[in-house]
Amino acid sequence: MAAFANLTDRINHVFAKLKNRGALTELEIKQAMREVRVALLEADVNFAVAKDFINKVTDLAVGEEILKSLTPGQQVIKIVHEQLIELLGSTQSKLGVSPKLPTVIMMCGLQGAGKTTMCGKLAYYLQKHGKKVLLCADDIYRPAAIKQLEIVAGKAKAGFFEMGQGNPTKIAQNAVAHAEKNGFDTVVIDTAGRLHINAELMEELKSIKKAVNVFETLLVVDSMTGQDAVNVAKTFDEELDITGVIMTKLDGDTRGGATLSIKAVTGKPIKFVGTGEKMEDIEPFHPDRMASRILGMGDVLTLIEKAQTAIDEEQANNLARKLRESSFDLNDYLEQFEQIAKMGDLNDIVGMIPGASRLKLGDKKVDEAQIKRNKAIIQSMTKEERTNPKILNYSRRKRIAKGCGLQVQDVNRLIKQYEQTCEMMKRMTKQKRLPF
Amino acid sequence: MGFFQKIIDGLKKTREKISFKLSQLFKRGIFDEDFYDELEFILLSADIGEETTEEIIERLRERMGKDRTADPQKANKYLREVLADILGDEKFAFSTPCVILVAGVNGVGKTTTVGKLANIFTKQGKSVVIAAADTFRAAAGEQLEIWANRAKVRIIKHEEGSDPAAVVFDAISSAKSRGTDVVLVDTAGRLHNKKNLMEELKKINRVIEREFPQADRKNLIVLDATTGQNAIQQVDIFNEAIDIDGIVLTKLDGTAKGGVVLAIKHDMDIPVYFVGVGEGIDDLMEFDAASYVEGII
Repeated sequence: MAAFANLTDRINHVFAKLKNRGALTELEIKQAMREVRVALLEADVNFAVAKDFINKVTDLAVGEEILKSLTPGQQVIKIVHEQLIELLGSTQSKLGVSPKLPTVIMMCGLQGAGKTTMCGKLAYYLQKHGKKVLLCADDIYRPAAIKQLEIVAGKAKAGFFEMGQGNPTKIAQNAVAHAEKNGFDTVVIDTAGRLHINAELMEELKSIKKAVNVFETLLVVDSMTGQDAVNVAKTFDEELDITGVIMTKLDGDTRGGATLSIKAVTGKPIKFVGTGEKMEDIEPFHPDRMASRILGMGDVLTLIEKAQTAIDEEQANNLARKLRESSFDLNDYLEQFEQIAKMGDLNDIVGMIPGASRLKLGDKKVDEAQIKRNKAIIQSMTKEERTNPKILNYSRRKRIAKGCGLQVQDVNRLIKQYEQTCEMMKRMTKQKRLPF
Repeated sequence: MGFFQKIIDGLKKTREKISFKLSQLFKRGIFDEDFYDELEFILLSADIGEETTEEIIERLRERMGKDRTADPQKANKYLREVLADILGDEKFAFSTPCVILVAGVNGVGKTTTVGKLANIFTKQGKSVVIAAADTFRAAAGEQLEIWANRAKVRIIKHEEGSDPAAVVFDAISSAKSRGTDVVLVDTAGRLHNKKNLMEELKKINRVIEREFPQADRKNLIVLDATTGQNAIQQVDIFNEAIDIDGIVLTKLDGTAKGGVVLAIKHDMDIPVYFVGVGEGIDDLMEFDAASYVEGII
């Protein structure tokens, strides 16, 4: 299924070939760039943007500098990577605070981009950073949109303001007045989703923007958007002069080429990304991470951050000490399983590991049920057995199997795994430092 | 307003530009490499994707033969035929009782589609019950209830957060006891790479299979026309989970053309049955390949 190979795999493939060469010719770079172009198109990067990008990188890559270099392949990767970062926005952009409170943020975008959910997430995020947020229900058209925002506001523990299906401009004005009176320093306005060709609704947004002195106009875009992303972003930017972009649904397996296109045509910063269904699934946009992800270096930084928040530092230090002293027992093994479980959906995490894309893994998905079973086996052991696994003879194993409702073979398998882990860890600690 | 007119209206903005380009392109009456390059550009901009675009151009080249100065009108007709040929013209048909499961990723317009489908079937004189099996998204049930009222059909709804399979079970029981013709199941939006959510969908599918084996079954996936090549993965993985019969392509009244459905039909032989062209309850229509092709080029 060549058509489904993702951008990461594609570029990896291209550069795997490049890596093996000593020196690059102009022709070789052009060939590699042709594949990069195809990959970018399959990733939904707008064709005009892709073309520009390729030209720029080719110009940079073909030349003395690269030919003199010792590892031209690496140099090309570096140039592509740097250019991607530059295109995506070199620095991380934060939300501004209005000199005159409350700061009014207007969310706009197409239907189904995820505006209402993102309003909640943004409120949650801002409140976590010390703001007091009022959510204003200004989508008066979609059935139950007001109700949805109310529920979302409840989950984010933010204030909520609605006036039913009145005039959207008036609703926004009243919301801001309400915020002033009740000590909210930030107002997030959820507007109706629209197809940008709808001039009437676009006028409505302009009217709201003018009436309440909107400080940030954020365009919410589905990261799965195709070639049309350029038209969407351009139109909204022309009509409303947006101040930033939020990409949603980045937890899918989309290659997110739309992100590149939007940045290229509007020049406006991507500020946040939505990465899941829960309120806390919002992250500031990191152009370097996005570029790395595109280039197949995996989303290693995010993975490491996730691991850091999930794994207690003290526990990690304890583990390191135990590794050194070779006293890693089944209690520690159980703790490991628990920490892995805390990191969230394992298959999501596997997706962040470079080279471990869904297609490569195929059926070898991480089996969370297996981890649960392993935990159950250890939990069925006595304290003595856990600290001193050597005493686990057949009758003990039979008892454990009964206790956790599994077969003796399962218990045997776990103990074998444990022994292998110990062996591996011993080898690792003999090296100068852990690979992580 | 007919399907043709709606699409033409919807696509007006970009269509004017593109069809101008395209008619200029054909008017030249020279079918050389420049022509094919420009054509590739136009097809790619409709989200048809690299591989299928190449296939289309290959087929067109074949039909044109070696003639580089063919009649522009004939060439134009050939292109339309190549595209329509890939799309096919399979119509949506079912026998009653029938359970229609509507699935898809978040925000593509599933709930709206269910409402509009209910309206279509009611107008065909069929009795319909809606199962509000999106128990996850905040206020999804309320949204669907409003649609059910508009279409004047019954709706089975549980509390937010309850088991969607249980909602389906109740809807089927209700349909059985009342002899309802069509059970329309709205499901929660789920990204296809979320394993647990896909398992939940499989469970819903199994419940239908088990509880209503005598009913005809149709599983539809809703795709947003603005979606790019990721739509291929969406259909692929949903199809793997619950055997997709056909596609509902929504939001065609925007500037996006949803050309990725050509790639999907070509690769997986899954047809488009309906297209959504507006926000009104009557703005869901049966797919017609010729009109669609008219709209995208």
